[in-house]
Amino acid sequence: MVRCASLGMNDVGTTRHLTQLYRQMLLIRRLEEEAARAYATGKIGGFLHLYIGQEAVAVGACAALKRDDYVVTTYRDHGIAIAKGMSARALMAELYGKATGCSRGLGGSMHLFDNEHHMLGGHAIVGGHIPLAAGVAFASKYRGDGRVTLCFFGDGAVSIQGFHEGVSLAALWKLPIVFICENNEYSMGTPLSRTVSVEDISLKATGYGIAHDRFFATDVLEVEKHLGAAIERARSQSLPSLVEVRTYRFRGHSMSDPGKYRTAQELDEHKKKDPLVIGREKLAAETDQAALEALEADVEREVADAIKYAEESPEPDASILEATTYEGPFAY
Amino acid sequence: MKTLRFREALREAMIEEMERDDRVFLMGEEVGHYNGAYKVSEGMLDRFGEKRVIDTPIAEGGFAGIGVGAAIVGLRPIVEFMTWNFSAIAFDQILNGAAKVRQMSGGQLTCPIVFRGPNASARQVGSQHSHAMEHFYATVPGLKVVAPAFPADAKGLLKTAIRDDNPVLVMESETLYSIKGDVPEELDTIPLGVAKVVREGGDCTVVAYSRMTHVAIEAADDLAKRGVRVEVVDLRSLRPLDEETILASVHKTHRCVVVHEGWPYGGVGAEIADRVQRLAFDDLDAPVLRVSTLDVPMPYNAKLEQLVMPQPGRVVAAVERLLARGRS
Repeated sequence: MVRCASLGMNDVGTTRHLTQLYRQMLLIRRLEEEAARAYATGKIGGFLHLYIGQEAVAVGACAALKRDDYVVTTYRDHGIAIAKGMSARALMAELYGKATGCSRGLGGSMHLFDNEHHMLGGHAIVGGHIPLAAGVAFASKYRGDGRVTLCFFGDGAVSIQGFHEGVSLAALWKLPIVFICENNEYSMGTPLSRTVSVEDISLKATGYGIAHDRFFATDVLEVEKHLGAAIERARSQSLPSLVEVRTYRFRGHSMSDPGKYRTAQELDEHKKKDPLVIGREKLAAETDQAALEALEADVEREVADAIKYAEESPEPDASILEATTYEGPFAY
Repeated sequence: MKTLRFREALREAMIEEMERDDRVFLMGEEVGHYNGAYKVSEGMLDRFGEKRVIDTPIAEGGFAGIGVGAAIVGLRPIVEFMTWNFSAIAFDQILNGAAKVRQMSGGQLTCPIVFRGPNASARQVGSQHSHAMEHFYATVPGLKVVAPAFPADAKGLLKTAIRDDNPVLVMESETLYSIKGDVPEELDTIPLGVAKVVREGGDCTVVAYSRMTHVAIEAADDLAKRGVRVEVVDLRSLRPLDEETILASVHKTHRCVVVHEGWPYGGVGAEIADRVQRLAFDDLDAPVLRVSTLDVPMPYNAKLEQLVMPQPGRVVAAVERLLARGRS
């Protein structure tokens, strides 16, 4: 299976390219729908923050990356993990807490890591990972390795210290990073109007003297194009950018959130702009129905395989705990 | 053998490790052009340049996080806090980043980073600048914490810390930076987790670290004049903790006093008291006592500050209390 992170940029603008992006978005959507089902039956525990509705952001962003580039994100990390190349099996097994999961069952939904694909988490303290991501970009500049780091966070992160210190230092030291604010309009259950004094989050870039951009993530190709420009700025000029991507999550903040702070009408309005539906319509205009259906059946097989794999995988045993903590003695 | 001040020993360790490994760099407030708030990094900017001796703005959360991020992709940062008090701003990066990333990635990533700076009381710097922060950190699995008392140990432990693949926190002391000590010419690394008996004696064990080791030695000198022979164990490392050396000493003396800065509720002293009562119960002639900072924020007033901080006199009184009990 060809994954986004391994796509050649030569494909951009072709039907094959759009097909691959649509497939990624569909895979993320279907994996999460099944994860929600498994959560409801107690097979997945803890917190589960779904990305449903926001898929175009991760997929468009990762499509504009090279394979060795880094991504760092929040606890709403399933979409970015898949878009960066993590297998559906490793993702689902991690949600099930199995030893075959990407983080060997120790991380869970909020801590997906895939070092091979340079997906560096999965961090669950709002804003805390933003300086960390700047540090990854710092290392690229220190080594001169030409890599770019994408740092994703929500609109809920822009009021906290980590955002400001991370962006401020990246700007000061001209680090090759793109800060991507996935503005889904709600900071948990609180709307933008009650969390930020200036609704245009991208304007925060002006205080730090870095480039900024702002757009709606309804079309995955538009996301790829906009973020591609910011990524190019990071790669060729070692300059950071702040990009606000307006999006919307169709589900609650987490599985425990019924989303009563918004109206059904508001949700329906946004569902009309579902990036997955829009991507499909665009693709359907370029490709024949049979090929599209075959692709969708293939995704269903991949999802079913991931669930089976997760169900059948062993759980980690206690011997893993100390070995993964540090090389040191333990108190008792 | 040569004589170095504590700050010079730390500097030598950093210089030698930076010359040995170009992945190692130093960052912190005023470490470069200002030559270090306490002159630990004096001359290092001239030697290594701005790429590797990096002045940061006042943003502990930011630059501690940058260190963690750089470490997980293969660099080996030394992050200097102007004092450990300010690490409170960076606590999230240390607790949730440095200490967690290895386990929550299922062992895919490691975080070879050193955080260092002066810790605990200085002189009349008030309640917000006098914290003994080691107690907060030593409780966290995933972190290592060292607290040397002498220049040679400072050099050897810092070199080991820089080569360690895990996060290591080095607790220094503003009031120790100028003390001199013998440092072997060819000193390399000193293993973490090995305590040192710095004064032998058979009547009572006094366990201490960092500046309190000097307080313990002063108390031991005072008691020696009265014929009481105290054995002083300088821990050097708090995590890993050299339980064996502590227990061997208690086996000999049957009494134990722990001296540290920081409050009496919980902390390193409570950990040692627990281990001694649990692992050497039959050796003990008396309960384990702790001499700590009194249970209040540090006052500015000089006399009150001295009252609140552990003093040799309080160590002497604790030892005498144990001896009186043992003999009755």
